[in-house]
Amino acid sequence: MLATISLIPIALSIAVKLSGATVLPGQGPPFLDRVSHNGLFVAFTAMVVATPLFLPLTIAVVAGDTIAGEASTGTLRYLLIAPVNRARLLVVKFVGAAAFSIAAVVTLLVTGIVIGSILFPVGPVTLLSGNVISIPATLIRILLIGVYVTISLLGLSALGLFLSTLTVIPVGAMAATVIVSTVMQILGSLPQVAVIHPYLLSYYWLGFADVLRNPLSLSSLWSNSLLQLSYIVIFGALSYSRFTSKDILS
Amino acid sequence: MTQTLEPQYAISTSDLTKTFGSQRAVDAIDLRVPTGSVFGFLGPNGSGKTTTIRMLLGLATISSGEATLLGHPVPSGLGAALPKVGALVEGPAFYPYLSGRDNLFRFDSANRDADSKTRAVRVDAALARVGLTQAAGKKVHAYSLGMKQRLGIANALLQPRDLLVLDEPTNGLDPQGTREVRNLIRSLASEGITIFISSHLLAEIEQICTHLAVMSRGKIVAQGSVEDLSASQTLKLTLVTSQTDAALELLSAAGIDAVADGNEVSAVLLPNQIEPERIVEMLVLAKVGVRSFTVQAPTLEDRFVLLTGEGFEVAQ
Ligand SMILES: Nc1ncnc2c1ncn2[C@@H]1O[C@H](COP(=O)(O)OP(=O)(O)OP(=O)(O)O)[C@@H](O)[C@H]1O
Ligand SMILES: [Mg+2]
Repeated sequence: MLATISLIPIALSIAVKLSGATVLPGQGPPFLDRVSHNGLFVAFTAMVVATPLFLPLTIAVVAGDTIAGEASTGTLRYLLIAPVNRARLLVVKFVGAAAFSIAAVVTLLVTGIVIGSILFPVGPVTLLSGNVISIPATLIRILLIGVYVTISLLGLSALGLFLSTLTVIPVGAMAATVIVSTVMQILGSLPQVAVIHPYLLSYYWLGFADVLRNPLSLSSLWSNSLLQLSYIVIFGALSYSRFTSKDILS
Repeated sequence: MTQTLEPQYAISTSDLTKTFGSQRAVDAIDLRVPTGSVFGFLGPNGSGKTTTIRMLLGLATISSGEATLLGHPVPSGLGAALPKVGALVEGPAFYPYLSGRDNLFRFDSANRDADSKTRAVRVDAALARVGLTQAAGKKVHAYSLGMKQRLGIANALLQPRDLLVLDEPTNGLDPQGTREVRNLIRSLASEGITIFISSHLLAEIEQICTHLAVMSRGKIVAQGSVEDLSASQTLKLTLVTSQTDAALELLSAAGIDAVADGNEVSAVLLPNQIEPERIVEMLVLAKVGVRSFTVQAPTLEDRFVLLTGEGFEVAQ
């Protein structure tokens, strides 16, 4: 799965490289026009492309499988009589999903930086605010983006974990997680329901562009962390109450 | 907190009940599994054996009633009891893309009581005990049914245990495997481990068990030591004689119901009614010529069918 994630920046850079023609600002995903001038933008662009759909999809697969996967193979009952405390198992599974989120984000960004610097010139980066920052400063911004997106995926991991405690069919939990994440993004694009927008899991997902301004603005990073933490607490508690009282009959 | 006294019962339940919707899958059972016994848990398909085991191990919640496992209350004391219990529940289950050995490593690391320093030694010993040393490196998805079953038993033997709960352990095993498991159970029992074994293979149970319980439709219909249960058995008596009328008269005078068919007389002796030897004596004294005299104890299968009913249809 990590290998497929690394295909995103690779495919993106190759497409830009082969097309040759200059991409006009505003065409295609944000920052795409800058890729051919500065390879470091591959990582940004790949992240913008992957955040709404591809990353949530991979997280849904991993988080949806956590408990339901063990239940469907029957290994869950042998873990529990090993014995493993049920609350501890949930924590271990959540940490596993979180570790996957980190790995996914790191894979995407590192592949982006590497392929970008192979195929395109690399230099100081012009920020959205017009300032120019050095390459090392850019790498720090990229690291911040990584932190930001990883945090964005933690709420979804908690949701997937909860859905995974509801079923013994892993594909069901995975699909349900994808559906919830997609529905939230659709709601997020409807101005009619603007009142609920700040509470949607995906509300700050694309807010990492803020990290590309000077002076560095971390306010959306904090708001996002708070929102994701609320999702972790709520779905963590739901998973706990569901899983600790559940009959393991598979 | 140290337990100086071994509990009298490795498993004991009172009014233990599990309901699924309106169905009482386990219906107020009082199970008493004496410490040190080899306890056979019998019952037709769907009678509630696996459900009982799930409740005892804390996998399923108890709907009503109580249970203790190695003297600890279920479910509150399971954390203390389970490290001393090895179990096979409703067939083995493994991670298919790990080898047999890696699967055992994984389950053993899940147990916080397990010492990681001795893990490799214990895993190899368990594999050797079930005859899987050769196949230990093979991925489990390439195992045969019997190999998985053996690996499941190995998993139950990773630690020194006080109680083994084995749900149909010989399912899918070849005759050698079945015999090996029987010998394994005997040797484990001789080490003082209590063994609770559910099975349909009555011949198996009869050979190794010291105690029995029979379940039918969620209820226990018989329970006790094998001797007690045999002593309470009716005996079937058949005698061949040319003087059937005289024999029938004599038997009915002794209060025994008998019927004649040709020159064969058959009768049923209720438990503790009269010793068969006394009947022979009576017949000889009365000068009734007897050509043959047989006493048959019902097989475990006969008793099983008698207790649980003939029907082939699974109880709902
Ligand atoms: N998850 C469940 N939901 C509803 N009913 C169930 C469930 N699991 C078991 N039952 C019912 O409980 C009853 C007892 O099932 P159980 O698995 O304990 O039988 P068993 O004695 O182990 O049978 P077998 O010899 O076939 O293994 C059955 O009637 C079964 O239909
Ligand atoms: Mg069963």
